[in-house]
Amino acid sequence: MNPMPWSTIWFIPLLPFAGFLINGTLGRRLPRVVVSAVALLFTALPAALVAWLWATMCAAGAPSSVESTIRPSGFDWINITGLHVDFAFTVDHLTLIMLAVVTGVGFIIHVYSVGYMAHEEGYWRFFAYLNLFMFFMSVLVLAANFLLLFVGWEGVGLASYLLIGFYFKKASAANAGKKAFIVNRIGDFGFLLAMFLLIVHFGSLDFKEVFSILAQNPEWQQQGAHFLPTIALLLLLGAAGKSAQIPLYIWLPDAMEGPTPVSALIHAATMVTAGVYMVARCHPLFDSSPLALTVVALMGAATAIFAASIGMVQHDIKRVLAYSTISQLGYMYLACGVGAYAAGIFHLLTHSFFKALLFLAAGSVIHALSGEQDMRRMGGLRTRTPITFWTMSAGVFAIAGIPPFAGFFSKDEILYRTFTSPNPLHIVLWLAGLATAGMTSFYMFRLWFKTFFGEQRIEEHALLDQHGATVHARSTTTLTMVAEHDEDQGALPHGVHESPWIMLLPLVVLALLSFAGGWIGIPAALGGNNGIERFLGPVFANGATSEAVALTTGHGLELALAAISVLVALGGFYIAYVFYYEKPGTAAALAERNRRAYNLVKNKYWVDEFYNASLITPLLMFTRGVLELIFERGVVDGSGKAAGATTRGFAWLARKQISGNIRSYAGWLAIGAAAVIAVMLFGNSLWGHL
Amino acid sequence: MVPTAYYLVLAAMLFSIGIAAFLIKRNVITIFISIELMLNAVNLTFVAFAHMWHQVSGQIFVFFVMVVAAAEAAVGLAIVLSIFRTRQTLNVDEIDLMKS
Repeated sequence: MNPMPWSTIWFIPLLPFAGFLINGTLGRRLPRVVVSAVALLFTALPAALVAWLWATMCAAGAPSSVESTIRPSGFDWINITGLHVDFAFTVDHLTLIMLAVVTGVGFIIHVYSVGYMAHEEGYWRFFAYLNLFMFFMSVLVLAANFLLLFVGWEGVGLASYLLIGFYFKKASAANAGKKAFIVNRIGDFGFLLAMFLLIVHFGSLDFKEVFSILAQNPEWQQQGAHFLPTIALLLLLGAAGKSAQIPLYIWLPDAMEGPTPVSALIHAATMVTAGVYMVARCHPLFDSSPLALTVVALMGAATAIFAASIGMVQHDIKRVLAYSTISQLGYMYLACGVGAYAAGIFHLLTHSFFKALLFLAAGSVIHALSGEQDMRRMGGLRTRTPITFWTMSAGVFAIAGIPPFAGFFSKDEILYRTFTSPNPLHIVLWLAGLATAGMTSFYMFRLWFKTFFGEQRIEEHALLDQHGATVHARSTTTLTMVAEHDEDQGALPHGVHESPWIMLLPLVVLALLSFAGGWIGIPAALGGNNGIERFLGPVFANGATSEAVALTTGHGLELALAAISVLVALGGFYIAYVFYYEKPGTAAALAERNRRAYNLVKNKYWVDEFYNASLITPLLMFTRGVLELIFERGVVDGSGKAAGATTRGFAWLARKQISGNIRSYAGWLAIGAAAVIAVMLFGNSLWGHL
Repeated sequence: MVPTAYYLVLAAMLFSIGIAAFLIKRNVITIFISIELMLNAVNLTFVAFAHMWHQVSGQIFVFFVMVVAAAEAAVGLAIVLSIFRTRQTLNVDEIDLMKS
């Protein structure tokens, strides 16, 4: 095979980086049209490259994992005794799916952002950061070793920090950025330790090398080598930080302070799934440790049900989606934990479609209501914003798991594989997954009914005032903005307006994907061919496949489980229908009757407060009390002061010599001369004795 | 024949007196004279050693020292005169303008 064309994969990350450089350095002086053209061009080209790559690799005819791993002649990046790390990229079928998500969904969201951010200050900054994110995310999924993956891993964290804090003049946004960054540091600490352990025990950080060493030493696993579960669990800690899983999930809801396209791209579709990707990429390590796999599954299931329960009572439309993201990521970990990596990646793919769609549609709703995010003040938007309504409906049905939308197939696959997994806890895990499915359906339809149906709750004149205020707060060009808005009013007499086509087009594309995206993985039981699992077959060769499982359990069980999960989803829909459409007071009355439980969930189980009291406050006290008083003032300041005082003392002595008194100079001269003579006369005898 | 040691002891005494006077006295003229005393003490040792080793170079050195001392005296006294004209004093403790 001619190696030359493969070097083109270097352009996939480098093109967005070029876009970042152009917009980051010159963007301030460029007109907005040029900025958006640069940003779109440098994300469209990698998307086209990925499409080409996909076609090439599939045309080669079911390549084995060896052939499908490509490494352009990397230069020596790190080459020291006992460790060699290349700056090398690799592409296999798993990478292809991730690349498709990153560049494809990324490009769609870039298009949407052009419309959404049109009136924002710092337009160039936004697109520079967005392109920077695309660069690091591509590096992350293309990396051929742990260290390069870590480079991308940290890079997307940086981009996430910059974009959450995009409205950095708002204290809450700046704090949310810091929170995300610091919580991620805890996870990265685990990742780093895992890499050190890999160097110690494997002497390599290269994926292929590590996994082949692992395969060559089956006795490690048989003898229960303690470092395998340790490495896997440390990697999992890193993944939990990046993917907002228990116990490190607290940063994601706050990350909604960023602009909505950022929430869609980074905090729903791509970056937060990096943890799932990493676990799937390192699956031999996890497979080698049943303990680690059980922890992955338990963490995923617990996060899924926990976040879903919080999502049921949130009022901020973006926060509902944020908790829903955490919950769906929990599903993916659950899939990985039961060894169904392909199902996890399948859900990652469909989730990236429908969650990006939901966020973008929510952004369109917020745009229509001029910045309103509280669902209690929404309603009746079905007729006012029809395209947003229809596209968002596709997303809602997809995430709720209603067939034949995309979410049904991936979620069902995960539940099926959980039920049939050899894990002793499989029934518990399955029940947690099923309950989450019901809750997901409930809170998504709650959002749907509250936003699009019923009475229009927002008052128009209040809205207009608020729009003025929002625009005022966000833009320096207040006057022109308000003027433009007044014109809008002329065209749309009620102020609530459908978004421009540049925002609606991405919605339509994503809605189609959310509808049909799941068909690539229709299970055999439903007449499909498990396409995605076959596609990922070379990557997860040693894992059990659905077909193998189905052979032992039969298709009947799969169909029965699918029927149960559809019934649960419809149950969620029905409850939401009763609560929020038929008898709108029911939910409030129920909440009133179970005041304590409601408050517990509404306040997110007081987890933030618990972390504050148990970790942050003691840490701050330790920092201020011990480190600042003793170390900072005592040791650091003290040593500086002591050095200063010593110098000053010697200077004082020296200054005393310069008295200006000629006779004292002469006296010192005489003493010196006498000393010299004394040494000359008696020195020899003195040294001799010594 | 007087031994060389006697000359040297005399020279050392003269030199010590010169140093003592230099350190103790405040008048510029007196300090000047004490410097001359020290120079002459050194001259005496030169002559004594020249006599002892029967070599003429020590005596030639003495002539050089005397010439330099004369020149120094001329310059020094001129400075002393000009200081006295401006400051109306010859007390060295008061002439310390160059003190840092």
